[in-house]
Amino acid sequence: MSHDHSLNPETMPQEPEKATLEGKNKFLGLWFFLGGETVLFASLFGTYLALRNSTANGPTAQDLFGLELVFIMTMLLLTSSLTSVYAMYHMKNNDFKKMQLWLGITAFLGIGFLACEIYEFYHYIHEYEFTFRSSAFGSAFYTLVGFHGGHVAFGLSWLIAIMVRNAKRGLNLYNAPKYYTFSLYWHFIDVVWVFIFTVVYLMGKVG
Amino acid sequence: MPDNTNTNSFQKQKNKDEMKKQLISFALMIGFTIIAFAIVAAEVMDKMFAVPLLLVLAVVQVAFQFYYFMHMKDRGHEFPAMMIYGGVWAAVLTIAALVAIVWW
Repeated sequence: MSHDHSLNPETMPQEPEKATLEGKNKFLGLWFFLGGETVLFASLFGTYLALRNSTANGPTAQDLFGLELVFIMTMLLLTSSLTSVYAMYHMKNNDFKKMQLWLGITAFLGIGFLACEIYEFYHYIHEYEFTFRSSAFGSAFYTLVGFHGGHVAFGLSWLIAIMVRNAKRGLNLYNAPKYYTFSLYWHFIDVVWVFIFTVVYLMGKVG
Repeated sequence: MPDNTNTNSFQKQKNKDEMKKQLISFALMIGFTIIAFAIVAAEVMDKMFAVPLLLVLAVVQVAFQFYYFMHMKDRGHEFPAMMIYGGVWAAVLTIAALVAIVWW
């Protein structure tokens, strides 16, 4: 079957994610999407910066934030970014099993990050009674950080879905772009987190 | 087309060198993160000085993420660069506008 052969060649090209027209389109499409995501997150960051001192006599950033947990979350997400780089390295060397293994580690670290964030929100709500409705600061904080957490949750579902779906197929030119676009999305989530830990947590602590 | 595949040792070595660069970027990113947290935890720096420094550290770290981890330094990334910088341009305007309306 010629169609099947074109997707499962004897030897993989150097960049399997961009070897087909569909792959190239997915690559460009995802970058276009990331450009849009940048604007989306910018509006949330701008809102947060505008409202971060409007605490309505509720808890302030200095009262709430603890650097230890944020540091652990940062390390988890940054390391998961590296493990997805390793996964793409093995994809380029056509080693499907190692790619799946590193993506599994990525998913594990992502789940760890999400668990920390859920704990953090739970802690704020129960110990400080700081909720979405406490103040304009609360609304802006939960919207921005929660939206990022939502992106992590979506990325995890995406990753687990492609890992399970392709587990028995192995790597081919049809699914390589799917893995590659996921890795770009995952790096972008880390980019957003870098600005969140800087602008929200570190600048919040500085005052 | 044997010389266009990843089975050849030249390409494997190239992938390996690329991975080494990415590991170095990872080490630098971890370093920038630790510096940023240390600046805040030590509480020795003035706010006027600490905030711009934190932002610079974040921007540098993000540049490593885009150019090395997401391969924007590689060939064939003109459109991705255009899209991201287009997004960044709109982002800067958005943040400037939202911060400016509460400035006074």
